[in-house]
Amino acid sequence: MRDDMLHRALSRELRPSPPSALSASVTLGWRAVLKIKHVPFQLFDVAVFPIMFTLIFTYLFGGAMAGSPDEYLQFLLPGIVVQTIVFITVYTGMGLNTDIGKGLFDRFRSLPIWQPAPIVGALLGDVLRYSLAALVVIAVGLMLGFRPGAGVVGVVLAVALNLALAFSLSWIWIIIGMLVRSPESVMTTSFLFLFPMTFISNVFVDPATMPAWLQTVVGLNPVTHLTDATRGLMHGGVRAWDVGLVLLETVAITAVFAPIAMKMYYRER
Amino acid sequence: MSASIETIGLQKRFGATRALDGVDLSIARGTVYGLLGPNGAGKTTTIRVLATLIRPDGGTARVLGHDVVSEAAAVRAKVSLTGQFASVDDDLTGYENLVLVGRLFGLPWSRARARARELLAAFGLEEAAGRQGRHYSGGMRRRLDIAASLVLTPELLFLDEPTTGLDPRSRNQVWDIVRAIAAEGTTVLLTTQYLEEADRLADRLAVIDHGRVIAEGTSRELKRSVGGRTLHLQVESGDRLDDARTLLARTMGESAQDGAEPLSLSAKVTRDDQVPAVLTALANAGVAVAEFSLGQPTLDDVFFALTGHAAEPAVDTSEGESRA
Repeated sequence: MRDDMLHRALSRELRPSPPSALSASVTLGWRAVLKIKHVPFQLFDVAVFPIMFTLIFTYLFGGAMAGSPDEYLQFLLPGIVVQTIVFITVYTGMGLNTDIGKGLFDRFRSLPIWQPAPIVGALLGDVLRYSLAALVVIAVGLMLGFRPGAGVVGVVLAVALNLALAFSLSWIWIIIGMLVRSPESVMTTSFLFLFPMTFISNVFVDPATMPAWLQTVVGLNPVTHLTDATRGLMHGGVRAWDVGLVLLETVAITAVFAPIAMKMYYRER
Repeated sequence: MSASIETIGLQKRFGATRALDGVDLSIARGTVYGLLGPNGAGKTTTIRVLATLIRPDGGTARVLGHDVVSEAAAVRAKVSLTGQFASVDDDLTGYENLVLVGRLFGLPWSRARARARELLAAFGLEEAAGRQGRHYSGGMRRRLDIAASLVLTPELLFLDEPTTGLDPRSRNQVWDIVRAIAAEGTTVLLTTQYLEEADRLADRLAVIDHGRVIAEGTSRELKRSVGGRTLHLQVESGDRLDDARTLLARTMGESAQDGAEPLSLSAKVTRDDQVPAVLTALANAGVAVAEFSLGQPTLDDVFFALTGHAAEPAVDTSEGESRA
């Protein structure tokens, strides 16, 4: 430390006007991108399970379930994309919980910024995270022989639809992130929901083979609707109703949970 | 000049706990003010209310002329907070941490970058600029955290236990920084568990216990309320111990007694002129002194004098890491 430099640094008069809501959110989104850049392992972390699932299910069960592993991969991979994205929405809640624990949220909250900016910025960064994870899974799929009939456009639209639902689910984990004590508990709590949600669906198996009562449950699961729409978009022949239902669910989940999350966020801790 | 902070009967409850039970403070602009008290006394809660992070349940607080509840945004625009836990993003580099804060204060990218470089250099963190926060030592994190609070020179800076858990060298660096900040005219409100720290940095201080201000004044005034300091001396040789004891008793009165060490004596200082008087008397009598010291009262002494009980949770400096 040098006294003259300290003096000069402290005496500088900077009086900018506070940033706009957009500018603050984009800045905090930039922070999320930097975190991905510095800790790329977090992407590996979220991609390794889907890759394992893809390999295990394709080669172990593929022949039994669809006649051949290659045949099953065409059915499975869109579902794995859904599962991957739905699972990593948890990281939004974990990141928020870590920020609260480390006092970073206190710093953000004491700054003259649009108060929801830290949450909106984190969600912007998450969109990048979800997209990269989807990219990894699709790339592995293509190497194994996945051939989406609807081409690049279909795949991009499918990923975009996944991002929309993931955005709405993030609000739920943001709430959990503010309720529990540690990032680990955020993960444990949310996996309690996410495992049944992704397995009791049509991701791995055609529901037609299930007992009637289970078919009803599977039919009500938003993950099933998203998987239907994703398969349709990737392979072609998507039904408008499937996409519409997912968008409707996105709006409904956001409308319920985002206000609760924001209210809790404004409330003191 | 008007006060920078003015609180009247500030109250805050967390469940059944009265964290603040009627805190009255009046802090002049341009001063360093210390809030002194043990863990759980209400120091952090006071700062969080003043920094608009939590709302008081009762009473009023005005910061730089603005009400902390109804004009929270105006307060936020003028103050900076360095919380108890260094709020550094571990994943980002030191440089990126400061650019981030600069952007959130509304600086354009180029200004935010230049400001980050300038602060890193001034705080002796230039070499660590490209390292992630997780690789910083405790002292470096604290300096980075304070630097982040100074991206825009605030009118008022809150420092919550700025040196808790730091090694002596890092602590001295933080003290230098606080003095430099105050010299630029920024009002500083700091909390501490250490009387020595308040003594060195603060112009005035308030002692807080159970959510109330139990004493207020300069550190000199507070120490006097403790009943003075303790003088310790050790003579060179045993032949003159009796002479020294007699001289000490004559100057200091009946508190003069033998110390715990061999050849040592101690006495309570009740008036400032007693210390030079003892030294002069010893010199005139030709008594060689091996050691001479004035023991500073600790927070424990102050607490004991003010409340009749010790500062309850451990305030032993060796337990600097233990935070409630």
